[in-house]
Amino acid sequence: MRREVPLIITAVVGIVFVIQYFIPHYPFNKLNGWFSDWFSIIGACAIWLGALNLLKISADKVYRKRSGWGYSVVIIVSFFVMAVIGWLGGESFRDFGTSFDWMYRFVYTPLSSTMFALLAFFVASASYRAFRARNLEATLLLLAAFFVMIGRVPVGDAIGMKLQLPDAIMPSSIAIWIMNVINAAGQRAILIGIALGIVSTSLRVILGIERAHLGGD
Amino acid sequence: MKKEFLVYLGILVLAIIFYFVITEPVTFSPAVSLIIIALIALILIFIFIRTIQGSFVGRRTVFTFVAISVVLPFFMTIEQAIRTSPEVQALYAAVEELKPGAKVLVSFDYDPPSAPELQPMAETFFNLCLERDLNVIIMGLWPQGPQQAELAMQKILDEPEIAAKNLEYGVDYVNLGFQVGNEFVIQRMGDNIASMFQTDYYGTPYDSLPLVRNVRNLSNIDFSFNLSAGYPGTVEWVQVAVDRYGVNLGAGNTAVQAPQMYPYLRAGQLKGLLGGLNGAAEFEKIAGRIGKGTKFMVSQSFSHVIVIAFIIIGNAAYFLGEKRRKQKAAE
Amino acid sequence: MDAIGLWIGAFLTLGIISFLYKDNPWYKLSEAIFVGVSAGYWFITLFWDSIYSKFYIGITDKGDYYLIVGAILGFLMLLRLVPKIGWISRWPLSFIVGAISGFYLINYFSSNVMRQVANTVMPLFSTEYGQSLFTAPIGTIVANIIVAGGTFTGLVYFFFSKEHKGAFGVTARIGIWVIMITFGATFGYTVMSRMSLLIGRMDFIFGDWLGLIK
Repeated sequence: MRREVPLIITAVVGIVFVIQYFIPHYPFNKLNGWFSDWFSIIGACAIWLGALNLLKISADKVYRKRSGWGYSVVIIVSFFVMAVIGWLGGESFRDFGTSFDWMYRFVYTPLSSTMFALLAFFVASASYRAFRARNLEATLLLLAAFFVMIGRVPVGDAIGMKLQLPDAIMPSSIAIWIMNVINAAGQRAILIGIALGIVSTSLRVILGIERAHLGGD
Repeated sequence: MKKEFLVYLGILVLAIIFYFVITEPVTFSPAVSLIIIALIALILIFIFIRTIQGSFVGRRTVFTFVAISVVLPFFMTIEQAIRTSPEVQALYAAVEELKPGAKVLVSFDYDPPSAPELQPMAETFFNLCLERDLNVIIMGLWPQGPQQAELAMQKILDEPEIAAKNLEYGVDYVNLGFQVGNEFVIQRMGDNIASMFQTDYYGTPYDSLPLVRNVRNLSNIDFSFNLSAGYPGTVEWVQVAVDRYGVNLGAGNTAVQAPQMYPYLRAGQLKGLLGGLNGAAEFEKIAGRIGKGTKFMVSQSFSHVIVIAFIIIGNAAYFLGEKRRKQKAAE
Repeated sequence: MDAIGLWIGAFLTLGIISFLYKDNPWYKLSEAIFVGVSAGYWFITLFWDSIYSKFYIGITDKGDYYLIVGAILGFLMLLRLVPKIGWISRWPLSFIVGAISGFYLINYFSSNVMRQVANTVMPLFSTEYGQSLFTAPIGTIVANIIVAGGTFTGLVYFFFSKEHKGAFGVTARIGIWVIMITFGATFGYTVMSRMSLLIGRMDFIFGDWLGLIK
């Protein structure tokens, strides 16, 4: 039961999704619809699981009074504040001007945005300390980065115009060319490489050769 | 601890001064701007010399420069010529080809952290669509997406020329909201959109919305635009909506993700692409509308120059240090 | 109310930024609020958008009873929180894994392999009598050749089953140059992206909150 049923489910669902691509007719179109809808509901529950797990871990930390348990209390309280406000708001909980919308604009947005904005500082600091033209490969990387960074912002062309460069070697032209030609080629090689990896792994999963997702016992 | 406390206190005092004392917006004259730029350049030269001598500046100095390069340009008056790239022109041309009444599906697949890059694109795109009397159908594969769409839409609806059109929700534009399921949502929409969006963002049943009542699946969509910050996003839209259901797709991506889209662009799977804040600024230029994309370009230029300057300084120190080491070894 | 919101937003923004100085209680508090609020956000949004709007409305208004199976599988997923019967969550998990595998198998092969290869191998010469010799302007032709060469050499570099020696080694070496330029371009774009996000935050602090920006 613990291993066989999941293997069968994986194989059946996987095969149905493969077949429906080639035969989008009854019963496969119906199954495609059903499975997609189920996927959506299970997906929601999976995210719920994550949120509930966070609560469980935080509550455990508070219960055992582990170091920094005060912050776990903050996590739990913030969670409930957001969830309760959303719950009380009913179906139109996030309409413009509601409490939930206020929390979204003035608490959630500043926090999540700033968290990511911090990376700007670290990327600059890392460039200064670690980005070195040690060999030919690293030099190519650096030069491409240079042209893209300078060519994708107006200052590049402003300098180019001052130097009276012809249009073909303006920083913006070089950046456009790198992006559309060499970058496209490199990305395509990476894209094809990854896709082939995904295809073979998917096949192994459907056939039951790859069982890592089923865990240990 | 005491020092730390003083830093916080300093920030608080500064904030209060800025908030209550300086109540008018600040603008530097071109001369002041030039002096500031010259000062920054001088300090950078000083850092360059120090680094060559072997003493690297601390990370906090780099942080300070990054902050300065981003903040000071807000107050400067500098004209910048923005050049539009072919991928942006292609997107604009694709929208321009649409006839009034065409149905445009816009998927908001991002959250607030990516808003500085993608929100200006969303606003310009909405403006362009509504100005040309295209019908806009909004949805999101990220829960925050439709909420970001609401913010953009509210802003555009308040603009005089759009407000004059007296557009009606449900008739001229509609927000279907978010649905879980990533690419499976797109797949299901290929066959039946209503099954994924039983109600819209406000809880109104799908069938009672005049705009979408007759939109059964993706084949009824004339053009689709995807604003994406990762997974699920443009890759999934290309794979399912474009390659399977033949939708015409344009995309606006965060700059982190944009380079990966060029193979799709080249293969014609994407009709056009806006990459990062620069893409937003180019789109604003071509659409003839000045928004945050254009306004932020000065800061963007400055910050790039600062990063490049630090890379050059770091490399100069590395090579000179290497030379010195070799000389020492020879001795 | 919005003015209070701006002050709270600014307090939290500065709290996160204070991490640049060093890790401190202000940052930790902001971080904890962030974690709690975003978990709460996802939790309640999914409740209304998926569980209510899709499942409940689907069953009550449309009579889509097949959705019950999805709900049962979803419930089994939640049982992972109960250690004794947690193993049963493998059933919905295997559904997810199976669905994604089946889906990816086809989509990645068709969009990221077949379509890309088809677009890489482009005709150079026009086959129509009386038309110009080449299929496209010379700049495009050169770009197409470079893309074809770059993609091929890049793929050769990723082929590790054969030692990179001789002609194969030379090809792989060109491949790594292409990949390096690609990474350089990606790095440039990453810097661009990170700076944009910071610009957005600084615009909030100096513009929305302090009102200093015109």
